[in-house]
Amino acid sequence: MLNVLAQTAAGEMLEGLKAIGAGLGYGLAAIGPGVGIGTVVGNAISSMARQPESAGMVRTTMFLGIAFTEALALIGFVVFILLMP
Amino acid sequence: MSAVTAEPSTAATEVAVAIDLVRRAAIVSPAFLLVGVLGWGLEGLLSSALALVLVAVNFRLGAAIITRAAQISPNALYGAVLGGYVARLALMTAVVLVVKALGVLATVPFAITLLVTHLGLLAWESRHVAMTLAAPGLKPTNQTPQEKRST
Repeated sequence: MLNVLAQTAAGEMLEGLKAIGAGLGYGLAAIGPGVGIGTVVGNAISSMARQPESAGMVRTTMFLGIAFTEALALIGFVVFILLMP
Repeated sequence: MSAVTAEPSTAATEVAVAIDLVRRAAIVSPAFLLVGVLGWGLEGLLSSALALVLVAVNFRLGAAIITRAAQISPNALYGAVLGGYVARLALMTAVVLVVKALGVLATVPFAITLLVTHLGLLAWESRHVAMTLAAPGLKPTNQTPQEKRST
């Protein structure tokens, strides 16, 4: 294994490590918004269960909340695209 | 015990919000396309256009998923929103990787357009979304109560 690593060109290895880092970063960046969206939807459903007549308003707010939370994942996505060799 | 449904009493308001967001994206798109073409040439133009399309499709798809799932049940809504989040990210990644492999993606204008339009449009829309969207009859007008009664 060490022999293989030693034989690999430094530039190639750097590219590979960059790709691994980009993928890991994107994956980790998607976790937070996933948790956030879960919280938003969970609370929205709870609100709709308590007050079904306000479902329209709650869904509007939920949609905007989801979109705002998703922006965090998009930042991770952009970093992934910028780092990808 | 009766099942709780997420069935709205009004029309699908998130679709109205998404359509409004797309309309606003169309309004701001010339500025981003201009920056793209001036800074990065044809690749910049294509990248900015791709970012604008992705943002618009992302909003419309998200709203469509919520509307569809809300008609089924709260559980479906929960699952569809979280599944839709992953699916939309995967779709976006696949599209961008394919375009990047074709060699026509300028990453900087793409990144700028994607982030600025997504957050900017949401902030802009938030100023215009009111609680009255779900109950248009309550929307305040400039008319006095007497004028309202006479009309």
